Amino acid sequence: MEIFLLDKTIIVVIVFLITLLIAMYSTWAERKVAGFIQDRIGPNRAGIFGILQPLADGVKMFMKEEIIPTHADKALFVMAPGISMLTALLTSSVIPWGSYLEINGRQVMLQITDINIGMLYIFAVVSTGVYGIMIGGWASNNKYSLMGSLRASSQMISYELAMGLALISVIMMTGTLSLKAIVEYQAINGWNIIYQPLGFLIFFICALAECNRTPFDLPESEAELVGGYHTEYSSMKLGLFLFAEYVNMFISGAIMSALFFGGYNLPFHDKLATIFSHNTLALLGTASFMLKTFLFIFIFMWIRWTVPRFRYDQLMHLGWRILLPLAMFNVVATGTVILISILWK
Amino acid sequence: MEQLLFIILSVISVAAALCVIFVRNPIYSVLSLVVTFFSFAGHYILLKAQFLAIVQVIVYAGAIMVLFLFVIMLLNLNNTESQEKRSFISKAIAVVAGCLLLISLVGLLKGSVLIPTLANGVSSDDIGTVQTLGKVLFTDFVLPFEISSVLFLSAIIGAVMLGKKDLKDH
Repeated sequence: MEIFLLDKTIIVVIVFLITLLIAMYSTWAERKVAGFIQDRIGPNRAGIFGILQPLADGVKMFMKEEIIPTHADKALFVMAPGISMLTALLTSSVIPWGSYLEINGRQVMLQITDINIGMLYIFAVVSTGVYGIMIGGWASNNKYSLMGSLRASSQMISYELAMGLALISVIMMTGTLSLKAIVEYQAINGWNIIYQPLGFLIFFICALAECNRTPFDLPESEAELVGGYHTEYSSMKLGLFLFAEYVNMFISGAIMSALFFGGYNLPFHDKLATIFSHNTLALLGTASFMLKTFLFIFIFMWIRWTVPRFRYDQLMHLGWRILLPLAMFNVVATGTVILISILWK
Repeated sequence: MEQLLFIILSVISVAAALCVIFVRNPIYSVLSLVVTFFSFAGHYILLKAQFLAIVQVIVYAGAIMVLFLFVIMLLNLNNTESQEKRSFISKAIAVVAGCLLLISLVGLLKGSVLIPTLANGVSSDDIGTVQTLGKVLFTDFVLPFEISSVLFLSAIIGAVMLGKKDLKDH
């Protein structure tokens, strides 16, 4: 029991640190990608290739003057960035980062917890993700903040539905709600993207919207709303809001690679198993999982620096009139195919 | 361990529920209701009803409370005026209604059996899992389940009809 708790504690700490580290370097990567796309160099002053830039940014954020507006609701104003960060980090606890390591004859899972309602847990955390933004926008007592937070939350609620329906077809196929079981299913039957291309497309678009990334970054559209829900925020509180966006991006990339792109499975697993020891293989699997996740983060950035922003009515139209019916069609089609394949046997 | 968790969760849920009533600011009221719902989810997990717990969070804490917040933020309710203008009669009616609800709840729970009878082949450990619940819903309780789904459908259609402003033009 104690050794189990120790294992879990170590894994929780490692996952936490790695998530933060990757989010930190995503800010650097974002600026480098932006520089590349816009034919600039990007940050290159702090360290080689600007590798120390995130640290410099962090120090800057902490050192800046902190301003709380006079008429703001102080308690909620302080709480909101924390809630945003909390909900962003919570999802990482059900993601299977790898199979298991064998240490002194014990099996150590490379996942914080494999609950049998993992997918529903993700839905639950995503649906509470709105609170940080709503509370932050309202507590600032500023009309731009309030407008920004209302936009953000209505956008997130609208796209949650299509996202959920897109995932339901994956659940129908694999017949389980545990993320680890879904990854194991793909080891035998091939990646889910082959059977669910439409589901993946819908999920990807919704993930962009849930992370408030371009072309869905209406909540903070500078031209109309100054800075959206974080207009009044300064110093590290603003930093936490922005940082939560990067954590969300990393987590949704991880979810996409776990659900649709085989997670930590390696191609030619049987042949590789004869060459490498089990632990090396498990770590290689984790590395391939991370690689897929980074690829998604890169695509997110690529889209951000290429595509302009939607208008608000276009956003709502896309969410409710196009994505939701498509996702429903996908569920019905998947159900029909499953039924036919059962009757066939 | 379980007892300790139960005590902590109960203290949180009672305290948050009291906050809902006694806090002046409606936003704080809604937020404490959210906390209450989260602690309820914890209680459900202690009762081995994981599915119910997670649905509680998705539906109540994640969707319905967000709508509550929306409405209160948009209306921008002033926190002082609504409290004092209320007359003595309406307060008295509220107290009487609350007591009646309490009595009927106690009466309902008094006669009921605390340990539910289990369907065939279900152990008490996985009574609340998705698999068990799905099987029970689609075999023993299929009629109530389908009827309530029709109820939801009519509610959705009703909401769409209410949302259409220019119904006469079409």
